[in-house]
Amino acid sequence: MVPAMPPVVHLRNAVALTGRFPALAGVDLAVEQGSVVVLEGSNGAGKTSVLRACAGLLAVTSGAIEVLGCDLRVDRTAVRRRVGMLGHAAALYDDLTVVESVRFAVRAAGGDLAGLDAVLERLELSGRLRRTAVGRLSAGQRRRVDLAALVARRPELWLLDEPHASLDAAGRDLVDAVVRDAAAGGATVLVASHELQAVVPLADQVVTLAGGRVVGCCSPIGVDVGVPAGAAGVVPPGVAGGEVVGVPAGVARVVQAGSAGEVPAGVAVAVPVPDPVTSTTGAAAATVPGAPAPTVTCEAGTCDGASALPGAGAHVA
Amino acid sequence: MLRDAMLVAGKDLRIELRSRVVLHQVVPFAALVLLLFAFALGPDRKALAAAAAGLFWVAVLFVTVLAVQRSAALESAPGARDTLRLSGLDPAGVFLGKTVAVVLELIVLEVLLGAGAVVLYGSTVHSYPELVVSAVVGTVGLGAAGTLYGSLTAGLRVRETLMPFLLLPVAAPVLLAGTRLWQAALGIGSSGPGVTGSGSWLTVLAVFAVVYVGLGVLVFGPVQEAS
Repeated sequence: MVPAMPPVVHLRNAVALTGRFPALAGVDLAVEQGSVVVLEGSNGAGKTSVLRACAGLLAVTSGAIEVLGCDLRVDRTAVRRRVGMLGHAAALYDDLTVVESVRFAVRAAGGDLAGLDAVLERLELSGRLRRTAVGRLSAGQRRRVDLAALVARRPELWLLDEPHASLDAAGRDLVDAVVRDAAAGGATVLVASHELQAVVPLADQVVTLAGGRVVGCCSPIGVDVGVPAGAAGVVPPGVAGGEVVGVPAGVARVVQAGSAGEVPAGVAVAVPVPDPVTSTTGAAAATVPGAPAPTVTCEAGTCDGASALPGAGAHVA
Repeated sequence: MLRDAMLVAGKDLRIELRSRVVLHQVVPFAALVLLLFAFALGPDRKALAAAAAGLFWVAVLFVTVLAVQRSAALESAPGARDTLRLSGLDPAGVFLGKTVAVVLELIVLEVLLGAGAVVLYGSTVHSYPELVVSAVVGTVGLGAAGTLYGSLTAGLRVRETLMPFLLLPVAAPVLLAGTRLWQAALGIGSSGPGVTGSGSWLTVLAVFAVVYVGLGVLVFGPVQEAS
């Protein structure tokens, strides 16, 4: 099914080089507005490169890349004010205070300072921390400042690279809440992470990268399988296969083929769309022992089909 | 562009006020340079006074290298370069803002250096306007050229050595014109205050400043993207 609106991020056979090395070797990806898409893959798979390309920091040398309606092959800087990126390293100046850092980020992006105090409060950076130099903060606190700058800027596209890194449990929950709020507010979020158990619960879509290409695309399907609390759920490998990860939000998602996990009562099981390159059209099903007959189905073959399903946000173009 | 320039200049100056790198490291370095020149030339105050203008501008070039390296280092931290690029700030505004911050820092340093030169070398100022105007115009040129070359070398591992290597030769016109104008302002040698030729040297400084400010405004964006 053709998406109703043009994708916020649209890469078509995108190739990007770092030096002579192809960081992206023909990426096809489309991300719809308001969705949260997780990019996963091993080191060097191209996750960060996709984020940097979407921010216009990495030039796409062939193929096509459109972000927020702007052709980044024509002008890489066109989307900068509309995009917010949380990178590996905190993008902060050590000698500025917390409030000065966030204020600088907001003013630079031409944003409104009105909500600044509320953002600092929410990220637990008010009080004494507000006037503390960033250089004196812990890694986790610096991460929160970075995140506060992002939240205060209110970008249309969020690019988060390992957003949970350096954060304690409360900080991680805060990141999750902020990401959910951003998506609920209409922003689109791309998350690159190795910590799948942390980020998959946030995701509408999980895109797997390897060697600078998209090699897999999972799409959650919100169907209630009605299993008892704590029941182990196994999705048969080779069909829809995957580890079922129980999540507080009441949605279980499939991550990797062949492994088992707990499925809370009354939650949905996500079924990945098979590799779009190798799969054929058909239906995939997830089964959970002890549960009613499986009702989870998925149009396999291409992720275009998945994108039309509830909760799906990305598809391989 | 001007709004962005003020934002960046304010940020850089605030960082300098907090870190006090200029106060704690560059000012002592500048004082040391003046002192070492005095040692090198010996106790002959006439010789020192005669060389005062040239020594002042050589010292200014040295502290310019330090100030520019410090300015570039602010954006060299991991993630910081991307911060400016992603901020959406106009690159020309970023260039002007960083140049303004460097120029203001250099002017403070020059006041101290000038006072040091007068005290150490026994110079007498004959024309304050000529002294001030030449210092300000020359400093704008140095600040602009320094910011441009600092940005050009920012992404390189050899930036600390390459930047002075690039900047110092192109700053030769400022050294030459600034020295001539200061000699005139200090009443040294044949070029007393208001003598013929001062206007030409001031033009050299002005052209240098205009060329490098214009060049920076035009190419800072591509340089920032490429580095």
